[in-house]
Amino acid sequence: MKTLKSLVRRALIPTLAVITALLCGGIVIILTDFENLSKIGTDPLAGIGGAVGGVLSGYGAMIAGAFGDPARILTALQGGTEREIATAIRPLTETLVAATPLIFVGLAVAISFRTGMFNIGGDGQLIVGALGATTVAIAFQNSGVPMLVILVLSIVAGALSGAFWGFIPGFLKARTGAHEVITTIMLNYIAAQVVLFALRGEFLRNPGAGGQPISKVMTSWVDVPSIITLPAIRLDYGFVAALLMAGVASWLLFRTTKGFELRAAGFNLTAARYAGMSAGGSMMLGMALSGGLAGMGGGFMVIGTVGQLSNDLSGGIGFNAIALALLAGLRPSGVVMAALLFGALTTGGKVMGIESGIPFDLLFFIMAMVIMFVAAPGLIRSIWRVKVAGPAPEVASITPTAPAEPV
Amino acid sequence: MRLELRDISKRFPGVLANDKISISADKGEVLGMLGENGAGKTTLMNILSGLYKADSGEILIDGELKTFRDPAAAIDAGIGMVHQHFMLVPVFDVVEAVALGAETVSGPLGTFDRGAARKRIVELSEQYKLNVNPDAKIESLPVGVRQRVEILKALYRKSDILVLDEPSAVLTPSETEELFGIIRSLAATGTTIIFITHKLNEVIKVADKIVVLRRGRVAGSADPKTTTRQELANLMVGRDVELIVPKGPAKPGEVVLSIKDLFVRDDRLEMAVKGLDLEVRAGEIVAIAGVQGNGQTELVESITGLRPTDSGVISIGGQTLDRATPRQVSDMGVAHIPEDRGRDGLINFMTVAENYILNTYHREPYSSRGMLDLKKINERAAQGVKDFDIRTPSINTLAIALSGGNQQKVVVAREFSGPVQLVIAAQPTRGLDVGSIEYIHRRIVEQRDAGAAILIISTELDEVLAVGDRIAVMFDGRIVGTLTDDDATYENLGLLMGGAVFGDGAAA
Repeated sequence: MKTLKSLVRRALIPTLAVITALLCGGIVIILTDFENLSKIGTDPLAGIGGAVGGVLSGYGAMIAGAFGDPARILTALQGGTEREIATAIRPLTETLVAATPLIFVGLAVAISFRTGMFNIGGDGQLIVGALGATTVAIAFQNSGVPMLVILVLSIVAGALSGAFWGFIPGFLKARTGAHEVITTIMLNYIAAQVVLFALRGEFLRNPGAGGQPISKVMTSWVDVPSIITLPAIRLDYGFVAALLMAGVASWLLFRTTKGFELRAAGFNLTAARYAGMSAGGSMMLGMALSGGLAGMGGGFMVIGTVGQLSNDLSGGIGFNAIALALLAGLRPSGVVMAALLFGALTTGGKVMGIESGIPFDLLFFIMAMVIMFVAAPGLIRSIWRVKVAGPAPEVASITPTAPAEPV
Repeated sequence: MRLELRDISKRFPGVLANDKISISADKGEVLGMLGENGAGKTTLMNILSGLYKADSGEILIDGELKTFRDPAAAIDAGIGMVHQHFMLVPVFDVVEAVALGAETVSGPLGTFDRGAARKRIVELSEQYKLNVNPDAKIESLPVGVRQRVEILKALYRKSDILVLDEPSAVLTPSETEELFGIIRSLAATGTTIIFITHKLNEVIKVADKIVVLRRGRVAGSADPKTTTRQELANLMVGRDVELIVPKGPAKPGEVVLSIKDLFVRDDRLEMAVKGLDLEVRAGEIVAIAGVQGNGQTELVESITGLRPTDSGVISIGGQTLDRATPRQVSDMGVAHIPEDRGRDGLINFMTVAENYILNTYHREPYSSRGMLDLKKINERAAQGVKDFDIRTPSINTLAIALSGGNQQKVVVAREFSGPVQLVIAAQPTRGLDVGSIEYIHRRIVEQRDAGAAILIISTELDEVLAVGDRIAVMFDGRIVGTLTDDDATYENLGLLMGGAVFGDGAAA
């Protein structure tokens, strides 16, 4: 009961933030609906009604695009053809596919932030991880090694490469004091160039792609197994691995002595030092773990859903992951929820764009509003008249409220 | 102006912070407001300064009913606040800092009339003997002077009622004396002063009238001419308190901590400890007195393994420390109560339970093979909370939510949770109220009687005299004298702290 209560309390602000952001998005849709707005002078009722209707149909399309149509899914499952089932559940599976790398990188960001390291380098670590995974996978092309073995080796290689890329800024900070925000951002650029360079080589390059920096398609000899084998369904065990990693991250942070050290160093480096912990060690370990998770996410992308490496693989996941990790209050379980939300918004937003003509870019607006509202809990509280429980000190949402209990 | 607060009540969720508090102060009167942390002093003052609105009650100035919508309204009504934490822009000079927000402007563009502001500031500074250089940069000023700048700020805004919130918390003894002089001269010229503190000596010395708050109510009032520290302390805490914890004579045993010819550098690599010799025996409390910044911090950090030594030998229980890490020192049974608990002793955003195991989490029974045993941790932490009477809603409450006294109890509970052969306590009662000070001292004396060697480093003479079996005075990186029993007086300590040479340690 008590845990349920605290769960509700924790989720309250983020949930209200999402609702507020959607309302703001609705206002923007109305204000840019010039067709209906122009009618307000002559026929105000129809004008406003039409504008509000536009919002409702747009959001309706978004929800259907993100989760599918429940009635349709039900009828399809009751004796529909494979094709019908696939079409009906595809929106939902695509949401999960979009959420998968966000979970990995979101966890990466959460772990680094918990360690007191502002890892802005999720993009770089993800793509270096993807490069590592691709290199190992391609090395085993035509080797006759069983697919599962190649898969595991590739993912491990991805995680290790990402961990190495994350370790560099951790090491630089511990040894020289170089600020990780600078070094991780710079390492993003370096990572992009390294991948571009690697994709120019014979070994990785796809001979059929002309001069494009794209690797060979690996699906013929290594692939992450699908959860549901249906045509056009891309959902694979990468998603399960992501959920598993959320559990591992939570366990690590809250149940192990290493996690205790990481969190202690993250909150207060001097007190951690006074308590006999190694501050530098925590920085390096935290960043390596963070990079490892991002790299594993990159590995699952290239081996699984995407099937090949390209230099624009990440598409800004690293930055979205920072936002969603903060939305999640840096809790692994929260990261999963936030990643599902972001996944739903992106997949649903595309459908909304196609079906209702509301530009996809509105989604970036809504996501940005969500983050802004989460960052300003006082604003949300005053909008929704939520009372603060107890005279507890005002704590930004990125700080945990009860870290002793695992999430 | 005469200030009167009538039946002020203020409720926060779950706490009645002020319960029908009535106080008054006449023109030119110094009202000392005494109370433990959490007694409601700060809430009351925030209501007076317009920061909070009272749920009920009235504020009267010269008999006229006032309501303050915001701090600006309170300032307009002549109420000036000097906060415990100064509100000054470090890169401004004194004129700019004082005038900020109340600038005199001139010309069509409304440019800041620095000359006029400076003139008034110089006048005020002379009138009240504040002795502030108007052109000095704030960041270059010592703490005591910064406080005077805050007072100037209030006077500049024509405050007739001045509220000083724990003004001496950051001052050295001599700066405090100067402050009292200023308070006296302000009062003499008709300023009404409310002096908030939890230090008994101070109210007795400076106030015309004393009000004691306890748990949101007026617990009583006293006349400083006739009252005693004991009476005030009892009023504050609500029971009979021992201002000086009773202890029997020390029974010194083996030497536990031995320091020979120690040299240690500070952060700027200047020599801070310069050839220090010290011995602390089992079963005795050695108190190091001294003005802050005479190498005490560096001494403590070198003993506890946090700072490398330049030369010299430190040994604990016969074992010589050679580049020992903080963990190795702690594992030898050294309890360390750091001087800044918020920064060094606790992790504010971790729970009481987590703070309780902060330096033992890696050992049995709290963990094995890298896995925390949450059940054991919670069990032991709950026991610690009980044993040390830590007032906290639960062991899963964040440390930052506790009062200063309870935070310090968490630190002490943790440090005393294992076998202890040496206690290093730096400023163990800084900022704590009477009840907590009594408690912490009692626990330290208990450790002594159980056979531990205790080293206390304190800038509070009262503390040094109350608990020390031997008192060593540190000045300029050395021990300049050691006092026992009859020699240990305020006068002798004061002399030594200023650098005079006296007693047996003078050879160093």
